[in-house]
Amino acid sequence: MRWFVALLWLLAAPVYATEELVAGLSTNRISISATFAGSELMIFGAVKRDAPIADGNLGVIITVEGPKAPITLRQKERLGPIWVNRSALEIDKAPSFYAVNTSQPLTEILSATDNLRHGITIRRAIRSVGAPATIKDPAAFSEALIRLKEKDGLYKVNENTVLLRQSTLFDTSVALPANLIEGPYVSRIFLTRDGKVIESERISINVTKVGLERFLYRLSQENPLTYGILSLVLAIFAGWGASAIFRQLKS
Amino acid sequence: MLQIYLPIAEVSINLFLLMGIGALVGILSGMFGVGGGFLITPLLFFVGIPPAVAVATSANQIVASSFSAVLTHIRRKTVDFRMGWVLLAGGLVGSYLGVWVFNLLRSLGQVDLLVQLCYVVFLGTIGGMMFIESLRAMRRAKSGVLPTRRKHNWIHALPLKIKFRTSGLYISVVPPLLVGVAVGVLAAIMGVGGGFIMLPAMIYLLGMPTKVVVGTSLFQIIFVTAFTTLMHAITNQTVDMLLAIILILGGVVGAQVGTRLGSKLKAEQLRIILALIVLAVCGKLALDLLITPKEFFSIGGVS
Repeated sequence: MRWFVALLWLLAAPVYATEELVAGLSTNRISISATFAGSELMIFGAVKRDAPIADGNLGVIITVEGPKAPITLRQKERLGPIWVNRSALEIDKAPSFYAVNTSQPLTEILSATDNLRHGITIRRAIRSVGAPATIKDPAAFSEALIRLKEKDGLYKVNENTVLLRQSTLFDTSVALPANLIEGPYVSRIFLTRDGKVIESERISINVTKVGLERFLYRLSQENPLTYGILSLVLAIFAGWGASAIFRQLKS
Repeated sequence: MLQIYLPIAEVSINLFLLMGIGALVGILSGMFGVGGGFLITPLLFFVGIPPAVAVATSANQIVASSFSAVLTHIRRKTVDFRMGWVLLAGGLVGSYLGVWVFNLLRSLGQVDLLVQLCYVVFLGTIGGMMFIESLRAMRRAKSGVLPTRRKHNWIHALPLKIKFRTSGLYISVVPPLLVGVAVGVLAAIMGVGGGFIMLPAMIYLLGMPTKVVVGTSLFQIIFVTAFTTLMHAITNQTVDMLLAIILILGGVVGAQVGTRLGSKLKAEQLRIILALIVLAVCGKLALDLLITPKEFFSIGGVS
């Protein structure tokens, strides 16, 4: 009997040490219709544990990121009297959209090493490798990308926007802007204690065009000649139709 | 506030803002008979449409506005079809050459600069010329001295003469062909119909009567911009049909207003206003090149 209790204790031991994340989204599917003007995404969840809360500063960081693609950045330089694009750098992978919501200021709940390991902040989520030797300051390009994307509301850090109740329940909302791009989006939820990531969770979100948007986009990609001819026919018809209507009105 | 999400541009923009741009350009085309491509493309950049989509979609919009305008001109018998076909033949060759030059410079990474310099040089030259010419014409009109039209210059000495009955010209096909080629090249590089280059060339170089130039240039522009639209749709998938239709609807209303305004003003006054608009756009682009930018970096564009 004694060994049985010991075995139970052993089995249960890992459960004591772990804290599990359970998270959900208000929606897994965002539809872009013709009248799409942005959307609000709610992310919520709880920390499941079988033991009293351990000591240490507990933090929750929630990211939402759009599909990644290479982006070319250009830098203007002076050539004689005029300013021209001289150097260009391709950032290998940059998300089209990136939001970081946190329960406390980032510096208090995330260590630099764990940020690097999990690629949490925008700076870490962008990947730029192998800048050509002609580029003097490759870091300036990544900084510029972040600055430009922030200006368009596509990259954002919202500290203290995750509400963490009793170290167990959390929720936040991320505003998705109107200039959203179609594709697979991912939300990552990190639970940290004293700056270390102790648990994480990923939830995917599908952003798709629907209705007319979807029809036109698909046609333009899959059958460009038909699309081009259709554009011209519609344009000519609209031009002719309008002129006919106005002639009718005048007479 | 009615926002509309554009499927190809992938941005959401106010519907009335877009219709307003269409209407503004429609007013211009109704008043002056230019397609307005030189104005619509920068305006679309300004409201946040990606440049590639702006260039391709404005070509599509120009097809529509030119088509409705040319119908009016055909009814008034102010289209010189023979001249139109000659210009078009040159235009297609020029457009092909222009795309070739465009791709060559794209591989060198300097296409943005080329486009901007083209705009500044051509808008500046033509705007300036038109402005000075119109001022002179107005002064002449005041003093009551009739303008003497130069009937004969070097152009009349070239071979392969053809009779252009509608224009009342008997000249060689070489100059109109060359004008067509030149306009085609510029249209392909600048992403415009080229009316603002074509009109002065027809008046001052070929000596065509003012009443047929607008209709004839519109006739040629339809084909060149239709060709451009197709090329963009096939190679880059950057024509936004929804955006084009919104611009066209705005443009139709604008064109009616423009035609009415145009009929109230004298030809010289019209030309002075157009010259000032052209010079203003040119000045804005020139300043962009000259002033130290606030932001040295930009995202994307052609690589």
